[in-house]
Amino acid sequence: MQAEAEQEKQSVVPFNPNSVFGTLVVAVSLCLVCSLLVSIAAVSLRPMQEQNQLNKMRRNVLAVSGLAGDKHLSPKEIDELFEKVETQLVELPDANAEAVKDLEAGEATDYDQAKAAKDPELSIQIPVEKDIAGIKRREMVSKVYLVKSDAGQLDTVVLPIYGKGLWSTLYGFIALGADGQTVKGITFYQHAETPGLGGEVDNPKWKAQWPGKVAVNESGTPVLDVTKPGNASKDTEVDGLSGATITSNGVENTVKYWLGENGFGPYLAKLRESGDSDTNAAVSQSR
Amino acid sequence: MAASKTKDVLFDPVFKNNPIALQVLGICSALAVTTQLQKAVVMSLSVIAVTACSSAIVSLLRNFIPSSIRIIVQMTVISTMVILVDQILKAFLPDIADQLSVFVGLIITNCIVMGRAEGFAMKNGPTMSFLDGLGNGLGYSLILILVGFFRELFGSGTLWGFPIFALSTEGGWYVRNGLMLMPPSAFFLIGFFIWILRTLRPEQIDKS
Repeated sequence: MQAEAEQEKQSVVPFNPNSVFGTLVVAVSLCLVCSLLVSIAAVSLRPMQEQNQLNKMRRNVLAVSGLAGDKHLSPKEIDELFEKVETQLVELPDANAEAVKDLEAGEATDYDQAKAAKDPELSIQIPVEKDIAGIKRREMVSKVYLVKSDAGQLDTVVLPIYGKGLWSTLYGFIALGADGQTVKGITFYQHAETPGLGGEVDNPKWKAQWPGKVAVNESGTPVLDVTKPGNASKDTEVDGLSGATITSNGVENTVKYWLGENGFGPYLAKLRESGDSDTNAAVSQSR
Repeated sequence: MAASKTKDVLFDPVFKNNPIALQVLGICSALAVTTQLQKAVVMSLSVIAVTACSSAIVSLLRNFIPSSIRIIVQMTVISTMVILVDQILKAFLPDIADQLSVFVGLIITNCIVMGRAEGFAMKNGPTMSFLDGLGNGLGYSLILILVGFFRELFGSGTLWGFPIFALSTEGGWYVRNGLMLMPPSAFFLIGFFIWILRTLRPEQIDKS
């Protein structure tokens, strides 16, 4: 009934949307209008979205290096604090020097590390026996963030790390002191572990036990252990999360991999060697 | 339906004809985004905006929509609205947009939006359709926010991120209920709401 009434009304109107021509006209014009709307929104909002992404990453770097404290920073505060932070590129072991040459010549802040980690040209396959973090591939070049003290001395180095937990890959940052051995902080900004169990890697109370721990010994071997909950006694041990053994082991292996000889190990060694001399020299050498 | 009054169109879907509680539509997103009250509220606002606007647009176009491709046309309108909402959230509320992640995009597949476009907006004027979309969005929001309220309160001991119960992990008395953070708890809660609603309004009970 309804459809008939509709049809009748439409036959009065000269344009008949139910004809083949009408259908095509409606479909094409609708698509044009909708795509126009979507493109306008996407293009006009993109600068804000990119700024948000950048701020999110910077907020994490500032939080893990201890510059931010506990508070949620406003975008303006992030800009101010980030002036103390220098972004640099570090070549990781087994990099193909040819492939990464262009990258290293460019601006460190323009490097899209997440994309490079998946790009066959810019990443390497990790042999199974070395792949303790369970990530299969990793980028050849990584960003590092150097936080300088007011006197210009290297204070903290923030390294991006990631590795497999129980359900998901945990992405985060670890901050080490200028000696390249002592942990200053750890944070994970993206994961999908069980809320309340493995998800407690986000808990500030759990993260609070990391600063001051020794992650790497004098000879450059990663020594940090994530133990069973309540068993940590030495300064190389951190209490695991209760009810989340696999996530805890994942965090331990992630830290071990990235601070070890296949990750940032060589870079940290250089940092240690030149600990007494000018730290800037060490950094430029390592590039 | 066409003769129903403005107020009825707006408020019927909230209690009398609630899209989740009576029609049991759109419950997937009710599981996913209700672990925290804040997420539930942002999701609710997004769904209200999408249902209301897309119903109004579909209604404006209704005499020009060829019947053979009407579902596709409706989907196109709805998807456009959803993408706009998603882009706006990402630009202005980045923290919440991160948490909601894919679920904003999945509003496209929310049967409530589609159902209102096909069931109401194709036959009624733009103002009525807008109100109908608004009403159905509100009905969805009511359930979503209630579920979010209980899940966050009992699951995390907080509301809107502020601590309400002192947690045992932080030396308090409340041992949090892990089940509340898992999707099944939303099913239980929605079940309880439907039970309560149908006890209060026996006319909603299905006749078997």
